[in-house]
Amino acid sequence: MPKDTGIGASTKRREDIRFLTGKGAFTDDMTLHAQAHAVMVRSTVAHGRIVKIDTARAAAMPGVLAIFTGEDFAAVGGNPAGWLINSRDGTPMREPKRPVLAHGKVRHVGDNYAAIIAETYEQGRDAAQVLADDTQIDELPAVIDMKAAIADPSNRVHDEIPDNLCFDWGWIEDNRAAVDAAMKAAPHVVTLELTNNRLVPNAMEPRASIGEYNTGTGDYKLTTTSQNPHLTRLLISAFVMGIPENKLTVVAPDVGGGFGSKIYHYGEEALVLAAAKKLGRPVRWTAERSESFLSDAHGRDHVTKIEMGCTKEGDILAIRTETLANVGAYLSNFSTATPTFLHGTLMSGPYKVPHVYVNVKTVFTNTAPVDAYRGAGRPEATYSIERVVDMMARELGLDPFEVRRRNLLTPDQFPYQSPVGLMYDTGNYQATLDKAIELGDVAGFGARVAASAAKGRLRGMGLSTWIEACGIAPSNLVGVLGSRVGLYDAATVRVNATGNISVMVGAHSHGQGHETVFAQIVADKLGIPDSSVEIVHGDTSKIPFGMGSYGSRSLAVCGSAMDRAMDKIIAKGKKIAAHMLEAAEGDITFEDGKFSVAGTDKAKTFGEIAFSAYVPHNYPLETLEPGLEETAFYDPANFTYPAGAYICEVEVDPDTGRVEIARFTCADDFGNVMNPMVVEGQVHGGVGQGIGQALLENTTYDENGQLLTGSFMDYAMPRADDVPFFAVDHSCSTPCTHNPLGVKGCGEAGAIGSPPAVINAVIDALHRGGITHVKHIDMPVSPNRVWQAINA
Amino acid sequence: MTKVTMTVNGKSVSAEAEGRTLLSSYLREGLGLTGTHIGCDTSQCGSCVVHVDGLAVKSCSVLAMDAAGADVRTIEGMANADGSLGVMQQAFQDHHGLQCGFCTPGMVMAASALLAENPTPTEAEVRHGLEGNICRCTGYHNIVKAVLAASGQDMPAVAAE
Repeated sequence: MPKDTGIGASTKRREDIRFLTGKGAFTDDMTLHAQAHAVMVRSTVAHGRIVKIDTARAAAMPGVLAIFTGEDFAAVGGNPAGWLINSRDGTPMREPKRPVLAHGKVRHVGDNYAAIIAETYEQGRDAAQVLADDTQIDELPAVIDMKAAIADPSNRVHDEIPDNLCFDWGWIEDNRAAVDAAMKAAPHVVTLELTNNRLVPNAMEPRASIGEYNTGTGDYKLTTTSQNPHLTRLLISAFVMGIPENKLTVVAPDVGGGFGSKIYHYGEEALVLAAAKKLGRPVRWTAERSESFLSDAHGRDHVTKIEMGCTKEGDILAIRTETLANVGAYLSNFSTATPTFLHGTLMSGPYKVPHVYVNVKTVFTNTAPVDAYRGAGRPEATYSIERVVDMMARELGLDPFEVRRRNLLTPDQFPYQSPVGLMYDTGNYQATLDKAIELGDVAGFGARVAASAAKGRLRGMGLSTWIEACGIAPSNLVGVLGSRVGLYDAATVRVNATGNISVMVGAHSHGQGHETVFAQIVADKLGIPDSSVEIVHGDTSKIPFGMGSYGSRSLAVCGSAMDRAMDKIIAKGKKIAAHMLEAAEGDITFEDGKFSVAGTDKAKTFGEIAFSAYVPHNYPLETLEPGLEETAFYDPANFTYPAGAYICEVEVDPDTGRVEIARFTCADDFGNVMNPMVVEGQVHGGVGQGIGQALLENTTYDENGQLLTGSFMDYAMPRADDVPFFAVDHSCSTPCTHNPLGVKGCGEAGAIGSPPAVINAVIDALHRGGITHVKHIDMPVSPNRVWQAINA
Repeated sequence: MTKVTMTVNGKSVSAEAEGRTLLSSYLREGLGLTGTHIGCDTSQCGSCVVHVDGLAVKSCSVLAMDAAGADVRTIEGMANADGSLGVMQQAFQDHHGLQCGFCTPGMVMAASALLAENPTPTEAEVRHGLEGNICRCTGYHNIVKAVLAASGQDMPAVAAE
């Protein structure tokens, strides 16, 4: 029987009311008194030396209040990379300065080298055009292709970096020789070269920022489209502008999707703060979609060679990969972690593999920065593994389901120390595979193949068994691995005098539904109605220092902090109850919202305790403080390891190469589920993005570094008629063993597990149709690519 | 600047507009009706869909002056008279048809116009009808469910899962 409230209930979202009535408060919805507008002036060439920026004409135009160029920020710091990665030889990565505005050189189309501040947006646009005309940039040859970037050291994105390499990383370097030996000794080796296509995150709300400066107090305020306001404040304070943290408030209000692209601090945020101070007026900047395409951090963009050594029976013996990962022109904040510790550590997948070695070279190019996008490194790892496992089954004439069963870890093998550094705590991969087979009606597949054939279509089925590491992350561990920040989270539970509760959390909700789900968890534990709990997030002046939302971490890390803070509330409540009931503290129990003396009918309700905490008459003040408010910081002991099995069925039109998704089935293990409706919604969205990557989306630069896919007219976003209904199940649950809620995280799963299932299905369809010469097609499998492959 | 007058959500309203001012900007900046969102600059995303004289229109592709005298309805005018959610709004909440909420106003406006034209659409007709509205969060699953539910039809078994 489904629950109506509390943990496990599909409670409808309270935040929906404002979004459905036009009362959401997104950054660009805010208009402040005397607000001025910032317009960026962006490079139209991929690589060039800035010779002259003549601001005179633009500055004299109507409404123009100020013009900023790179020169204005030459003395301030740069936007840093969050992870320091060492190369195989122990040398640290190359970390070029990332300025607020380009200075000296522009390094990608869209690199902003100046900003106009004007009374109106339109006046700013007019002046930006004039300033662009009055700027001389001498174009240099663009570095676009990663292999060419390394091969031709004469052409440099950063003058001081001779080979365009950020680092050459080996994981785990000490295992390299053993992996090479195992590969050499393997009876069969499967080799696959593939591209993980570059994607533009395209959250529907373009980035926007408002800077404010109070000349009376010296306080700054930044309202911005951020997934993690405290991290943005820290970066601006400690690295970029030197504004003390106590003088800077960062607010991330309603944020219209992030998918990773709004984790990072961008130069426009520093710019509006500097402009606000200079003018003594609020300054707002909002990206046009075209700017988003050019300047948001992109995702993926790996070129990988993967080899898998195995027995003729399909036992995996060794995996070895070599990857070129594009970081673009500058290091975005997590760009160095994504292709390394979020990728290499997952390269044994859900399988028992004795030997694994991963090599990643990250390359600077004259393209937009590349960073974490939904899944971040783990989709790239999963795609490589699941494609090569499928290829192995095909080469050896084995059933792809059976090959996976043969290699999947079994429940008795947990905890499992992987050869690439992770300790999987728990899982039951057979159970999710069985559930997917049942829910996906694999038994009925043959009949569907025949039905498709009758329409002239080739039907295929593709499987993906995936795992990820999320709930990012144990600070001790990531510190050893090069992270410059801790990755705990924090929550403050404030019980108000009248018994209702405000919970201030470090996680940020930009679609995930925290305001509803976190309230369910609090209400459940404290035995009060959901409606008595308010979740406060996104404002550094209100919430404790948390690390925000990404990496499917909000519930596992911040939810755990909330749980710990409630433990402290209950403990304090017991002290208060003991005093009020004149009993020993050890005799007080808390259940169903009541503090009782064990074995008696003496009790106080939660509300009575709360009131007493704030009206502390007759309190023994030497042993009991007034008030009922507790904060907890939670630093996880391990990552969490969601896993699942996805089955995709496609129909391919052999005449046109068009691929249609006919069925998509997901069986996931997310541990304990707090709100099934929300969890299923996260899976739907992730799968939608994964299908987008597999079928439609591709970010294409030409050889001069011009972005050919710079709008929704050229970049194929998934639309309602590109996807079917999805069958989603999360009943096979093995709760996380090391966090108090037993939760694992569900935000990225769909985007991780789905792309290989789609591509495996397409290859399967072609082979079933007798087109056996096609071994692999790179994503996106557009009609053109499929037709070319069929007719090659 | 010229004063432009139209009817918005049943009330006669006026605001200044330049010749180049789009209806989307007029609503947001001129009238403060910020429920209508701007998600792109090529009339592709549909976040700005409103009703003009009963038809779904991308308000970023209409000049404010061209809408002078028109009867415009925005997301702010979709609730019932007592303030409760209208049928389509309620269906979106009931079926979790929104996550971040940014595309939602345009989606609700497009979907309600779709049902006005075709009160009992098939799943395929709903998907085709919403092709001009991009959502990055939901994979469209629950949006399509919500629109079918708002039409009062029994949902396909798979959609009910």
